[in-house]
Amino acid sequence: MMRALFKVLVLGGFTFISLAAEAGEYSLVIDRSNVDVGGRSGDTITLNGQFPGPLLRFKEGEDVTIHVTNKMKEESSVHWHGFLIPGEMDGVPGMNGFHGIAPGETFTYRFKVRQSGTYWYHSHSGGQEQEGLAGPIVIEPAKAGGIPASRDYVVMLSDFTDERASAILRNLKADSGYYNRAKRTVGDFFRDVGKDGVAATLRDRLDWGEMRMDPTDLADVTGYTFLVNGKSANANWTGLFKPGERIRLRFINASAMTYFDLRIPDLKMIVVAADGRNVMPVPVDEIRLAIGETYDVIVTPKEDRAYTIFAQSLDRSGYARGTLAPREGMEAPVPPLRPRTQLNMADMGMGSMESMDHGSIAGMDMSHMDHSSMSAKPDASALPEKEDLHPKGWGAGFPPGEKVLSYGDLKSLTPQKDTREPSREIVVHLNGNMERYIWTLNGKKFEEAKPIELKYGERVKLTFVNDTMMAHPMHLHGMFVQLVNGQPAARLPDKHIVSVPPGQSYSVLVTADEPGEWAFHCHLLYHMASGMMNKVVVARMSAEAAR
Amino acid sequence: MNRLPKYAALLLFLSLPFAPALAAEEMMHGEESSPFHVVRFQIDGAHNHQGGLLTWEGIGSIGGDLEKLVVRSEGEMQNGHVERSEVWGLYSRNVSEFWDVQAGVRQDFDPRPQTFLVVGVEGLAPYFIETGAHAFLAKNGDLSARLEQSIDLLITQSVALKPHLKLDVSANDVPEREIGAGISRVEMGAQLRYEITRKFAPYIDLVYERALGNTARMIRNDGGDPGDLTLRAGVSFWF
Repeated sequence: MMRALFKVLVLGGFTFISLAAEAGEYSLVIDRSNVDVGGRSGDTITLNGQFPGPLLRFKEGEDVTIHVTNKMKEESSVHWHGFLIPGEMDGVPGMNGFHGIAPGETFTYRFKVRQSGTYWYHSHSGGQEQEGLAGPIVIEPAKAGGIPASRDYVVMLSDFTDERASAILRNLKADSGYYNRAKRTVGDFFRDVGKDGVAATLRDRLDWGEMRMDPTDLADVTGYTFLVNGKSANANWTGLFKPGERIRLRFINASAMTYFDLRIPDLKMIVVAADGRNVMPVPVDEIRLAIGETYDVIVTPKEDRAYTIFAQSLDRSGYARGTLAPREGMEAPVPPLRPRTQLNMADMGMGSMESMDHGSIAGMDMSHMDHSSMSAKPDASALPEKEDLHPKGWGAGFPPGEKVLSYGDLKSLTPQKDTREPSREIVVHLNGNMERYIWTLNGKKFEEAKPIELKYGERVKLTFVNDTMMAHPMHLHGMFVQLVNGQPAARLPDKHIVSVPPGQSYSVLVTADEPGEWAFHCHLLYHMASGMMNKVVVARMSAEAAR
Repeated sequence: MNRLPKYAALLLFLSLPFAPALAAEEMMHGEESSPFHVVRFQIDGAHNHQGGLLTWEGIGSIGGDLEKLVVRSEGEMQNGHVERSEVWGLYSRNVSEFWDVQAGVRQDFDPRPQTFLVVGVEGLAPYFIETGAHAFLAKNGDLSARLEQSIDLLITQSVALKPHLKLDVSANDVPEREIGAGISRVEMGAQLRYEITRKFAPYIDLVYERALGNTARMIRNDGGDPGDLTLRAGVSFWF
């Protein structure tokens, strides 16, 4: 590894500040092999012979050179998720003149690391992200004296399957309910008749039937084995600690299709960073982790015992599990899966429909789960009194009394530099045709859509309106977006993923200060693959002309 | 003489699964969507008053989200003799969230060869009712139509009861085919299937077929029985 020291001119304050910078050289070799994961083996993509990919450690300010060699028989690519990066290094085939890495070729990525925190990398070609081409990235801040912690672990969650990604997509196209093993049955009908009465149950079935929608459609793909750092629940990834130590856990949801509800029973987690960016500390019991998101938390286990890191999939088809323990080989109890929720009319943006008057649950959606930008109250106020065995609604089903992280809680630790009012608003409707498994932005598939054009330096408001029954983790490459979450302008949190729950809408502010062509898509792999993507073009030329 | 179109149709149907190999089925991130193919088939047997009855239904499609080519075939064999067989070739275009319009040709081989032009719709009606409605125009101007509907009711996650209905309607009397004007034939059934996998399911199907109106009269005059109740056992699969 080559190291160099050089000076960086910092204009702020008209002073010269010398910073120690490094130049690191890295190699990744992409190949395929049969990997055994939790008793299942599949044709998996390996990086440097490993699955998942190795942890890359960079330092803020470092000039990195990464040689990526593709030994597979198909084209590949590596995208640096959440990075501020020159467009041609972003790794999306078909954008910024990058055409992917052909079989047998080596592509050399070169860029300066301009940020710190927890990120990840993954393929942006075909279904390779599902098939194993993903790994974690930790970037050390340039200045020492960040968040103090005696231990620092990456906890990367993923969903493994031995099915090929192209086969999964074909199954979904042929039958969008192919993987749903929790559909409503005749038995459920009679159970609901017993609970809600004949009239209400019939009305409910007719309402859903009229729309031809399925309230059990929480996850399009199931049958996954969920992993922590590539290890199945039985293999039990373990992080060691001494009681009383502060541990930093860097959670990454690197799965293709899975939302996780994550907690560590008996340990409070203090969220200190979201999507790589430091936030004011938020103590929570649980985090709903959207695909592509990263959260850093601090935990301080005091007792000489093991603690289970428990991440159950949203559809409760399984869980990823790891352990924090004072010694190798220790285990803590694994909690049971909680009941699976069903969507309700509020998730259709129809909260006022009388037939579906789940008033208390709608209330919980707003203040307890609170992914809503409208109510930014950080504290849960309307908690249900006892656990709901048949939860209804996207935000329902959390144990009573638990504090679940909400987007409204996130406050940027460092004040935002750009707090300008946006000059215009771009509305992006998230649409889908579940029956035919077509997903779109503003009704257009990627190949039909007109790119979104931003002027360099422009400040715009992007408003996501989710017209579907599923949550969509919306991801913009190349730039962070400031999530409008009710916090003051200077404290809006930076995000690279914004998860928009069913039937809701969120706004984000974008400062278009990174010229290039940026992919903008839903991070559910098969939604992106079936059209839910567009290109955001930040035009440097027009900005130069304007100067 | 009528062998050629029969074999051509059969060949077309059997070649469907191999079409993607030619079309290089590869999923790409947001790139031009590539064609997908699906072939669904069900075949069952039963004993009725005349002996052994074999029934088949197959549908294969290849294409993208907007346009597809569809080949369908269905028919009946009684005691080893094909009594009714048809093959359709359709162009199918998605026109709304739940509906495709379709147009093409239907070729019947039995009971006697006949060619029709087909226009129709296919899709999912409210309340999850799978629906197909097609009109057929024969060379000689005879006009007929068919409505097909079915719904899946889940008993468990892998056992489903599927009530189904098929109505044939004719605008004219077609004596040589024993078809009378009006509703000529109705087929109602309840199929109970067990999905061993999503793609392979044995089933039993209680089916009542009956000719109505003029059609029934013609069949009776011929000494036939216009109604037939059968309990069929078979398998359905797709790939």
